[in-house]
Amino acid sequence: MQLKIGARYRSQVCQTEIIVVRPLPGEADLTCGGHPVVDLKETPAAGLSLKEGEDAGNALGKRYTDASGTLELLVTKPGQGTLALGGEPLVLKEAKPLPASD
Amino acid sequence: MLLDMAASAYDSRTALGREADGMSYDSLRRTVAGGAGLIRASAAGSVAFIGLNGPAFPSLLMASAVAGVPFSPLNYRLSTDGLAELLARLDRPLVVVDEAFEHAVGDRDRVMAVGAWLSAAREAPEAPTADVADEDCAVLLFTSGTTGRPKGVVLRHENLVSYVIGTVEFASADPDEAVLVSVPPYHVAAVGSALTNLYAGRRMVYLPNFDPAAWLDIVAREGVTGAMVVPTMLARIVDELGETPAQVPTLRSIAYGGARMPATVLERALGLFPAAGFVNAYGLTETSSTIAVLTPEDHREALGSDDPAVRARLTSAGRPVPGIDVEVRGDDGRPVAGGEPGELWVRGPQVSGVYEGIGSVLDADGWFPTRDRVRVDSAGYLFIEGRADDTIIRGGENVAPAEIEDVLIRHPALRDAAVVGVPDEEWGERIVAAVVPYEGATADADEIRAFVRARLRGSRTPDDVVIRDSLPYTPTGKLLRREIVADLSSPAAVHTSERM
Repeated sequence: MQLKIGARYRSQVCQTEIIVVRPLPGEADLTCGGHPVVDLKETPAAGLSLKEGEDAGNALGKRYTDASGTLELLVTKPGQGTLALGGEPLVLKEAKPLPASD
Repeated sequence: MLLDMAASAYDSRTALGREADGMSYDSLRRTVAGGAGLIRASAAGSVAFIGLNGPAFPSLLMASAVAGVPFSPLNYRLSTDGLAELLARLDRPLVVVDEAFEHAVGDRDRVMAVGAWLSAAREAPEAPTADVADEDCAVLLFTSGTTGRPKGVVLRHENLVSYVIGTVEFASADPDEAVLVSVPPYHVAAVGSALTNLYAGRRMVYLPNFDPAAWLDIVAREGVTGAMVVPTMLARIVDELGETPAQVPTLRSIAYGGARMPATVLERALGLFPAAGFVNAYGLTETSSTIAVLTPEDHREALGSDDPAVRARLTSAGRPVPGIDVEVRGDDGRPVAGGEPGELWVRGPQVSGVYEGIGSVLDADGWFPTRDRVRVDSAGYLFIEGRADDTIIRGGENVAPAEIEDVLIRHPALRDAAVVGVPDEEWGERIVAAVVPYEGATADADEIRAFVRARLRGSRTPDDVVIRDSLPYTPTGKLLRREIVADLSSPAAVHTSERM
């Protein structure tokens, strides 16, 4: 799939929902719980389940990034699945909060 | 989405109002869902709010988003005619109005008093979140119209969501944090604060009618940890304190923005609030609030530095927030060389640049012209020199009023100063300084001109200096230069001005 800034996706096998903060150029193989994420408005395919070893989970409001540090996703609803890109689990991105400005 | 995230994480934490009897996140979520139901049931195409800032504001903002209609907070100080003109530009608005302004709305369909709206929203059946597109209008804000008919700025869902997730960390506020909001609801900072503080998990306390003593009192009483003020408010707070540092141990952050901050006011404030971190936030309505910040560390570094370039950053607007690209362009439309002044263009997902009835003013590559004249130093700090339209052209030379104002405000007898261009047959425009002396101080026009001449190039010396009791500002702290020029151009002004 082509990731677009602000696009929202959901996991097919858990409660996870995400929004794209910083996309990758080109095709991205983004999965959660071992299955491709789908557009938030799509209904998950029937009969899928969380794959073994893909259940590290994710946390509400946290940012996740790939090994290159280019991709950035934000979890808007947490779930049990592992977020991964091309089979590689995404890692929690350390936040550098700005001071409150309004 | 943003509120769902917040409500699921904080539930019983107080979202709005006083610690003792405020509204919890859970109750806010219920009010928003019920409020969205009311909006849907009324078949309104938009929601207008005419009233003071308070807990109704975030509930209306979010209920409108859930119902999928634009929300438009209007300036409650407008006349009946002014309000009618704006309401006519909205699609079948549900008008929620403070009891005090009901008379100004007149007789029309779909009007509710604020109190009635809040209590009905708590009871109404919850509405599911409407299916809105990212590019749909979430908030329609009318500009103050200091230079003409108010323009309706369209802030889309994607702009506001990008602003929040680009500049704020979810749940980053400690449970004891509280922000004091004293800007009116029709200011973009009111929209920004409702979204960012609720997302961060910070309790919001409102001071609807700003008064410096009341502000200090509520900070102390409510254990406020952060506040946002416009420069005219901070000036009144430091005047109220005089020489005595504020007794507000909980206050750790003061953000300011909305207009240029006089250096003298900031320096006094830094001394009177030694424990607070100061944040200069620069942004426009069209950019969904803040696009650059000067952080507390930047303030401290500038204050403690012997390097004039670093020291000068105390008057800068800081550096761009993540996701914002900046470019400074000259009169020929091309990027200027490093450090040269020009017009600021910005680009990023939080930038709207769309006006109701006009459309998008972004260029082909997505850049928005801010109409602000700026320069950027070698470390990327933005220095705002004022509106491009305010630039005075005297004898073919461009003069930024801010450069002269910054000098005038350092004059020991002057409390406030504004520099404007007035039509002149010989020079095209001549430079006029309108100055306000401190009470009891005497200001001499010749001496003030000499004071400027000693510090700036000769072409920057005001041609005229006129003495005033006060300068005209909007309630949100914006200097009304047009009124100063009109006043100077009226026949009566000639006799009171000191011609050189």
